[in-house]
Amino acid sequence: MTGAQKPDGLSALDRPNSYIGKTVPRPNLERLMQGRGQYVSDMELPRMAHVVFLRSPHAHARIVGIGADAAKQMPGVIAIVAGNELATVITPWVGVLSHLKGLKSAPQHAIAIDRVCWQGEAVAAIVATSRALAEDAAEAVRVDYEALEAVTDMRTALEPQTPIIHQALGDNLAFERIHDAGAVDQAFADADEVVEADFIFGRHTGVTLEPRAVVADWNAAEERLTIYQGTQAPHMVQNIAALHLGLEERQVRVVCKDVGGSFGIKVHIYADEMATYALSKMLRRPVKFVADRVESFNTDIHARDHRCKGRIGVKRDGAITAFEIDDLTGIGPYSMYPRTSAIEANQVVNFVGGPYVTKSYRARARVVFQNKNVMCQYRAVGHPIACSVTEGLVDLAAMKIGMDPVEIRRRNLIADDAYPCGSPSGLRFEKLSHHASLAKLMQMMDYDRLRAEQAELRKQNIHRGIGIASFIEVTNPSAAFYGVGGAKISSQDGVAVRLDAQGSVICQTSITEQGQGSESLTAQIVGSVLGVPMGRVRVILGDTDNTPYGGGTWASRGAGIGGEAALQAAKVLRKNILDVAAAILQSTSAEFDIVDGIVVNSSDGTPRIELKELARIVYFRPDTLPPGIQPELMATRHYVPREYPFAFTNGVQASWLEVDTDTGFIKLLKHWVVEDCGTIINPQLVDEQIRGGVVQGLGAALFEKCIYDERGQLTNANMADYLVPMSGEMPDIDVGHVVSPTTESELGAKGAGEAGTAGAAAAVANAVNDALQPFGAVITEIPLTPQLVLTALGKI
Amino acid sequence: MQISLQVNGERVDAQVLPRMNLADFLREQLHLTGTHVGCEHGVCGACTVRVDGEIVRACLMLAVQAHGASVQTIEGLSDSGEVADLQAAFRDRNALQCGYCTPGMLMAAQDLLTQKVEASREDIREHLSGNYCRCTGYQAIIDAVEATARHRKGLRP
Repeated sequence: MTGAQKPDGLSALDRPNSYIGKTVPRPNLERLMQGRGQYVSDMELPRMAHVVFLRSPHAHARIVGIGADAAKQMPGVIAIVAGNELATVITPWVGVLSHLKGLKSAPQHAIAIDRVCWQGEAVAAIVATSRALAEDAAEAVRVDYEALEAVTDMRTALEPQTPIIHQALGDNLAFERIHDAGAVDQAFADADEVVEADFIFGRHTGVTLEPRAVVADWNAAEERLTIYQGTQAPHMVQNIAALHLGLEERQVRVVCKDVGGSFGIKVHIYADEMATYALSKMLRRPVKFVADRVESFNTDIHARDHRCKGRIGVKRDGAITAFEIDDLTGIGPYSMYPRTSAIEANQVVNFVGGPYVTKSYRARARVVFQNKNVMCQYRAVGHPIACSVTEGLVDLAAMKIGMDPVEIRRRNLIADDAYPCGSPSGLRFEKLSHHASLAKLMQMMDYDRLRAEQAELRKQNIHRGIGIASFIEVTNPSAAFYGVGGAKISSQDGVAVRLDAQGSVICQTSITEQGQGSESLTAQIVGSVLGVPMGRVRVILGDTDNTPYGGGTWASRGAGIGGEAALQAAKVLRKNILDVAAAILQSTSAEFDIVDGIVVNSSDGTPRIELKELARIVYFRPDTLPPGIQPELMATRHYVPREYPFAFTNGVQASWLEVDTDTGFIKLLKHWVVEDCGTIINPQLVDEQIRGGVVQGLGAALFEKCIYDERGQLTNANMADYLVPMSGEMPDIDVGHVVSPTTESELGAKGAGEAGTAGAAAAVANAVNDALQPFGAVITEIPLTPQLVLTALGKI
Repeated sequence: MQISLQVNGERVDAQVLPRMNLADFLREQLHLTGTHVGCEHGVCGACTVRVDGEIVRACLMLAVQAHGASVQTIEGLSDSGEVADLQAAFRDRNALQCGYCTPGMLMAAQDLLTQKVEASREDIREHLSGNYCRCTGYQAIIDAVEATARHRKGLRP
């Protein structure tokens, strides 16, 4: 489990006492376990006011008037601000990027002006000395609405009789992408069987346990705004806040301490957050906004509301001849800012058929506006849709020709020695390991024994199913993701490391921590390269004033990009330290190594000088160094992948479950994952990323759905009615690895954050259909509710 | 209203509005921010604290109802060392990621282990099924609690 093997011998990571590939506890756990973390929702500042947003009860309505006179007189009220007033402080935005050709959206304001476009859009801000008093006053604000017809069903959004949400755009089509390659018609004609299905996905959301939270603090004397926010991308927030408040980036500092869950929910910039920044500037004091749970459901981005028609051609020998999809998704009334709401559909087009050899692939994806909450990128963007469609079709094809689902995959997955190669949609794969992963999975789950057990239990009227899902995962995104489209979202990351005056190491990185282990992996890499115990490496992150410029933590980029920057920075510092040591010890740096915080002879390990002593000389007695030496005990390096736009990874999942054919309930018995994220820095952290991701995917598979009625009202915006996975229903998950490091970086790490979520729902759906095979029932919709199961069985 | 109670062994006298819930009282008036607020309607378990020996959802209890009671929060349990072994097991097993659910999880797990040190995996899953965690997928938490149960059982005479 080492990094890319260098032909010239040991890499900086292959040293004795390396932390790479070792399970070590994360340095930041103690404060979180003792209740001594610092989440934004815990923050208080002098003169801090609290903002509550009055939100539209209508999905679509004209704002006729807002009456706030009585509310303004209520106790504790500091200000009540409507959209037009706030627009004098902050400019509107349009969520488009140039590389998503044809994507359109309408200007969105921090607070609605004249018209609201979804239930939950803010119409006024009530600022008071406490949240409770602001809520009291919000009840006294009178808003007159004139209800407008709401566009709710994406299937009819483009029909001529459907109202157009933004007249200036001409229609409700936000984005369309068409892909057609590899003589698809001929490929289908060559097939012995063609199978079709409609795949339907429930709109769901992230449900971070700590809701979105921000404290904005405009210091009028310094003309500087400090934003404390639970965000994954502090420099992005800095750029956007400055842009729309008419400031320069140097006037905005973004600080991000502990974050109570993110999963892509906190990688965007929301209108109410923009409003909070603007209110602080307007009122010249700190303003805090913490969403309550109802607001979270109504305003945190939703995701995965797709209907995708899929088609697969297969020969009797199992060879897949072609894939075709027609995907439709409804994103709400605006494309989200600044990452846009077209990426998910775009990824679906990119990933369908991705693990397989066939190059014949036709796709259409349409992204439409509707009067529901906005949709945007959530963990494993597009992956679960593409994986469920692809793997669902592969299983249906196998069923049609009477082939085992594992066998059809063996015959069609791209061979492990075929790399580098391309995908049906033109993605470039450096090195994947589908077959090795599948082989490992078979062994872990003891596939043949499970099949025998399944057959045996069927005789007793117990219906268990096995579902397999191979997947690809996009990680380590380069500028191809956002930068090329004009977004000021950095794809590079930077790390600065320095030796302090007592021989400890301080490391500042532009990646962020929301529990994935960014702090740990950075300390592991830096400690390993420098030869310093991890406990003496302190990692600083989440502060635009105090870290290098960079992208942050999203799209599984922290370890692969931020980790490589840490490695390269630490190598420079190591060289600088050894140069000083050589000067002090009157030798050459090649004679020395650093082990356990001590400079030693590389030949025999004899201790020569402790880093503590070296630092003392450098900082306090430089007069004793030989002439001409100017020690540099701080080093900074940045990194971005340049060769491949994305580092693709792969894996395969399996689900073993039981369907109660009387009640429709599904009991998950066991889940397996094999994935390949390249070099593994901390096996435990990787496994836990996978497990957490799987359970998020299982939630989507079985429970999670934002249920809207035909008027665009979200009917289950609370945690009692919107079901999330709890410990009682979740299975144990076994995780295995195949290791194919990327050779683009010295570290060789790819990402692992999306893998679990990417394939979990597909594995479960395939397992349910496997269990229901004796009944001839097939379900291609999630969440797989008891109602859906019983309907498929013809029992209700 | 005037209330008087014990919080983590210290006497607290405070003036509270009748509508203030216990979670907000602990967080906003006593600045004990280890008690987290996730849903404010008693579902997620993030605000779990101990009142007179029983675990409760602090968002569903009014501060005035705690008058005369003894309340223990994660800060108290940490400082007394009562859950030190459980915390060590969470650390070793990486049974937390963002950490927002963790104080409530530790409260609920400690509650189970004090009632039933022979707790099985199923018991643990069941007892923690009112505490939502979005990050871990629960398995690491179950493992950590199970390891603590075994450890404590071994320590018993």
